Amino acid sequence: MMAESFSDKDDKYTVNFGPQHPAAHGVLRLVLEMSGETIDRVDPHIGLLHRGTEKLIEHKTYLQAVPYFDRLDYVSPMNQEQAYALAVESLLGITIPKRAEYIRILFCEITRILNHIMNIAAYAMDVGAMTPFLWTFEEREKLMGFYEEVSGSRMHAAYVRPGGVARDLPIGLTDRIFSWSNGFEKILDDIEGLLTDNRIFKQRTVDIGIVSKKEALDWGFTGPNLRASGIPWDLRKSQPYDSYEDMDFDIPIGKNGDCYDRYLVRVEEMRQSIKIINQSINSLPSGPVKLIDNKINPPKRSDMKTSMEALIHHFKLYTEGYHVPAGEVYRAVEAPKGEFGVHLISDGSNKPYRCRIRAPGFTHMQGMDFMLRGHMLADVPAVLGSIDIVFGEVDR
Amino acid sequence: MSFLDKTARSFLLSELFGGMWLTIKYMFAKKVTLNYPFEKGPLSPRFRGEHALRRYPNGEERCIACKLCEAICPAQAITIEASSRDDGSRRTTRYDIDMTKCIYCGFCEESCPVDAIVEGPNFEFATETHEELLYNKDKLLSNGEKWESLLAKRIELDLPYR
Repeated sequence: MMAESFSDKDDKYTVNFGPQHPAAHGVLRLVLEMSGETIDRVDPHIGLLHRGTEKLIEHKTYLQAVPYFDRLDYVSPMNQEQAYALAVESLLGITIPKRAEYIRILFCEITRILNHIMNIAAYAMDVGAMTPFLWTFEEREKLMGFYEEVSGSRMHAAYVRPGGVARDLPIGLTDRIFSWSNGFEKILDDIEGLLTDNRIFKQRTVDIGIVSKKEALDWGFTGPNLRASGIPWDLRKSQPYDSYEDMDFDIPIGKNGDCYDRYLVRVEEMRQSIKIINQSINSLPSGPVKLIDNKINPPKRSDMKTSMEALIHHFKLYTEGYHVPAGEVYRAVEAPKGEFGVHLISDGSNKPYRCRIRAPGFTHMQGMDFMLRGHMLADVPAVLGSIDIVFGEVDR
Repeated sequence: MSFLDKTARSFLLSELFGGMWLTIKYMFAKKVTLNYPFEKGPLSPRFRGEHALRRYPNGEERCIACKLCEAICPAQAITIEASSRDDGSRRTTRYDIDMTKCIYCGFCEESCPVDAIVEGPNFEFATETHEELLYNKDKLLSNGEKWESLLAKRIELDLPYR
C-alpha cells in the first residue's frame, strides 16, 4: 500500500553533479533531472572557468597571443598553438621550413599521446580502476620532460610560433624520444591488459552512451568521439596541414559508438601516433626551424648583438610586433579531442581584430543530454570521461 | 575464439587474474618515484623558473631600461621606471615583477637584448603571503647574485639554438 501512495511526481528529483565533484573533470556542473535512479534530462552549466581568452587576444600582438592557446585545453597545448600558428601563417601568406613542420608533427603527436593517456587513465579511474592512472602518469612525466627540454616548460610550452617553432631541438633529444617510443608500446599493452578485456571495465562502458553515426554528425562531434561512431574523418588525412601528407598512418574507427569504443579508438590512435613519431624522427630534414624573415621572426641572438639592422628588427618585433594583412581565415587542426579551429579576422594592424576559437569539447558537451537520457546516475562519470572534456577549452 | 574457450576463460576469471599478475610483476619492478625534497628530476638549460636580474662580471647592472620585457609581457606583470644615473647612464629606478601575474612564457628573457632579465632554474619559491611574490628590483638582483653561476652556464649552453 505504501508504494501506491507515491505518485510519479514524488519520484522525480534534481541532483546537482559538481562543480566540485572529483569525477566532474574540473568545474562542470550538471543539473540532472532524475526519476529514481534514471536520468531524464541533463543540463550542463558551464562558464565557471571563463577567462575571456578571445577578448584578451584582441588586445595582444600576434606573438603575445601564443601562450593563451596553451591554456585553453591544458592537456594538449601544442596542437592549439599549431592551429593558431597556421591561421596567422595563412593570413601572412608564408610557408614555413620543412624541418619546422616535422618538429611540429613530432610534438603534436607527443601531445596526442599526452592527452590520450591522461584521458584513458582518468576515465579508468572514474569507472573504478586505479592502477592505469599511476602507470600512465609515469609516461606523462617522461613526455613532459621532452616538452621541458624543447621549450623550457613542462606544460605551457609557447613553442609553436607563427613562422615556425621557437628553437631547434636540443642535440640528443630525438634519440631520447625514439628510445621512449620503442618502450611505450609495451606500456600500452600493459594498460590494455588491465582494461580492454576486464569484465568490470566492460560492464561499465559497453553499450553506455551510444552515439549513432547520424547523431554524431548532427551534434558536430569531431575527433575520437566521431570516429568511435564509425565515421573515418580525420583532418590529418582529409585536409593535411603541415607535412601530415608525408606520414603513413591509419585512422582507427569504432563500430557502436559507445564508451568502450571511444576508449579503443584512443588506444589505437596512440599506437598510430607512435608510428608518426618514429617516421618524423627518421625523416627529420635539416635546415632552419623558422622562417628566415626578420619582419616576422626575430633575428638570431648573435646577429642581434652585432648588427644594427638586426637589433632594430628585434626591437620592432618585441614592441610593435608584425602587421598582418587584412583578411579572414579559419584554420583547423586535428587536436587530440577533435577539430580545434581558430577563426582569425585581421584589420591589417598588429593585433587580431577578432579571434574566435572553435573548441571540440564544447560541442561534445552539448551531446551529454542525449547520450545520458535513460541511463543510470552511475553512468554519468563513464560518459563524461569517455567524451574527454577539459574545461579550459569549453569555457575559454 | 571458440565458444568453449570463451566460456572457460570467463568462468576462470582469466582476464582478472591476468591483470593481477601484471600488477604483481610491477610491484617488483624498479621504482621510479623520486624522494622529492632530497632527489630532483633533471632540468634542461631552457627551463623557465624564477626570474633574476643579472649583473656584468664587474658588478654593473646589465639592465638598461629599454622596457622590451615590459612591452612583450602578455600578462603585463612587469613594471619599469627609469631615469638617468649621476654618471649619465640610463638605468631602472624601479623593476617590479608580479610573480602571481606572470605566466612564465619566457618572452622577457627572449626579448632582453643584454641578457639581464632571465628565468632561472629555481622553481621552489613558494611563499606564505601574496606580498612576498611581488618582486622588486632588490629581490631580482639578489636572485641574480644567488644563481649567477648557473644562469651563465644555461645561457652558454642554449646560445647555439637561440
